[in-house]
Amino acid sequence: MKRSGFIASTTVGFTRALSHALMSEEIARQRGLLQALDARVRVIGLFALVVAVTLSRRLAVVLALFVGAAILAVLSKVSLGTLAKRVWLVVLAFTGVIALPAMFVTPGDPIATFAGGLHITTQGLMTAALLIARVETAVTFTTVLILCTPWAHVLKALHSFRLPREVTTMLAMTHRYVFLLVETASQMFESRHSRTVGRLPRAEQRRMVARSAGVLLSKSIDLGNDVYLAMQARGFRGEVRILSDFSMKPRDYAGLLAFLCAGTLAIWMGR
Amino acid sequence: MALLFELEDVNFEYERIPALRGLSLQIADGESIAVLGANGSGKSTMLRLLDALCFPTQGSVTFGGRPLTAELFHQDGFALSFRRRVALVFQNPDVQLFNPTVFDEVAFGPLQLQWQKHEIVSRVSATLELMKISHLRERSPYRLSGGEKKRVALASVIVLEPEVLLLDEPTSGLDPRSQSQIIDLIQDWKGSSKTVITATNQLEIVEDIASRIVVLEEGRVAANGKPEEILSNQQLLLNANLVHAHRHSHGTYEHSHPHMHSHSKHEH
Repeated sequence: MKRSGFIASTTVGFTRALSHALMSEEIARQRGLLQALDARVRVIGLFALVVAVTLSRRLAVVLALFVGAAILAVLSKVSLGTLAKRVWLVVLAFTGVIALPAMFVTPGDPIATFAGGLHITTQGLMTAALLIARVETAVTFTTVLILCTPWAHVLKALHSFRLPREVTTMLAMTHRYVFLLVETASQMFESRHSRTVGRLPRAEQRRMVARSAGVLLSKSIDLGNDVYLAMQARGFRGEVRILSDFSMKPRDYAGLLAFLCAGTLAIWMGR
Repeated sequence: MALLFELEDVNFEYERIPALRGLSLQIADGESIAVLGANGSGKSTMLRLLDALCFPTQGSVTFGGRPLTAELFHQDGFALSFRRRVALVFQNPDVQLFNPTVFDEVAFGPLQLQWQKHEIVSRVSATLELMKISHLRERSPYRLSGGEKKRVALASVIVLEPEVLLLDEPTSGLDPRSQSQIIDLIQDWKGSSKTVITATNQLEIVEDIASRIVVLEEGRVAANGKPEEILSNQQLLLNANLVHAHRHSHGTYEHSHPHMHSHSKHEH
């Protein structure tokens, strides 16, 4: 990161995070395949597919599920470009770091040898590829679920599965808290940016980040408390209530059956 | 008029910093009151106590003769009935807007109070019309201007048709047109014999919205009376930091006089 662009790029990052969150809400309101299904079916169905991804030991099966996740995303109006930028590249970077040593340390048939007696083995390569494919596919399914389902509906679906009220309340508050944190941080950095001339020395940058983090934490705690009070003031008692009632229609049963069949088939084929 | 709220020797602290110190006040049903005070005088804390969002560290707050306590609000029946009757509009609209769309935001309160779904849809639509924000119904509250946010925050409370409306700085930071629209709305509300308690430090609006003024100073009631009595007492307003001594010159002659922050009422 360039020294001169630190504040500006942080501000841009916060703004981007906010616009991503807003974009998610817009996708959730569109008419797509997942959006047409009951929220509970979406939660159970995609959870079943994530379980299938985790239990599959064959790369081909996991890759097939990955293709399925991409098709599901397109049919649900989620652009592949968005997924590539927000999920696939990020997951590849993080999981790649974890998977890289597996290529060298897994015993097996060497396919490439490096100085110092290091080998990349076929088994190591397959292990690394399986790990990356699993994480990519599971995160894609989860992201598609979150993008296509308003947060309140996810919470209500979880609540209908008898998840304790405390957990759903905590999740509801966390969602708003993260939003407030990003908004507050964005405003702080904008204000700092408007008062910064020229390049900041590295030491000053570090001091500024430490100071900002402290102020941000205490500000966001206050704001978070106020949001909770504002929810209480309008009668919130810890239970998520939404306007649309969940009701299972024939297409929801069909969707649930399709998800469960796909998951079971993947687990069976991926043994 | 019957007594609605009674605050008796109320003390409240935020982490050992006192916000209210022995505040005593009575509010009758149907009254419209402006609570004046400089920043930090305890106005917002008083409104939060009246809305039972916090409870006194000493003293008591009663509503309809019943002391408001944390234990009482553990009962769903009482809590929901109180929230139906008493509503608060926060000073910072951002804390009050946490739903994905304006429609969902206004529907949040009625949903919590477990109204019928068809009633919620019709009441929310009517409230959006009343507040002239129907065109914003599908917009995200985060994307609105300051004035629009205030209106949505107000709509989210007015939809409940509460008997008591608590307003914390409802016109601060608004442009003149938005201010006058909010004042019109408060006047309509006041005219419908409901109780309206408005915390503000904008002296120029109090005569329009209140028939009684309570001045707070360092967490206590410094004065309590009719608007004409309070607003004509320049020394009281100076002491409460609601006006300041303003020095200026007329040609070569320089003088000072108490000065309100509204230039529409700034007369010589």
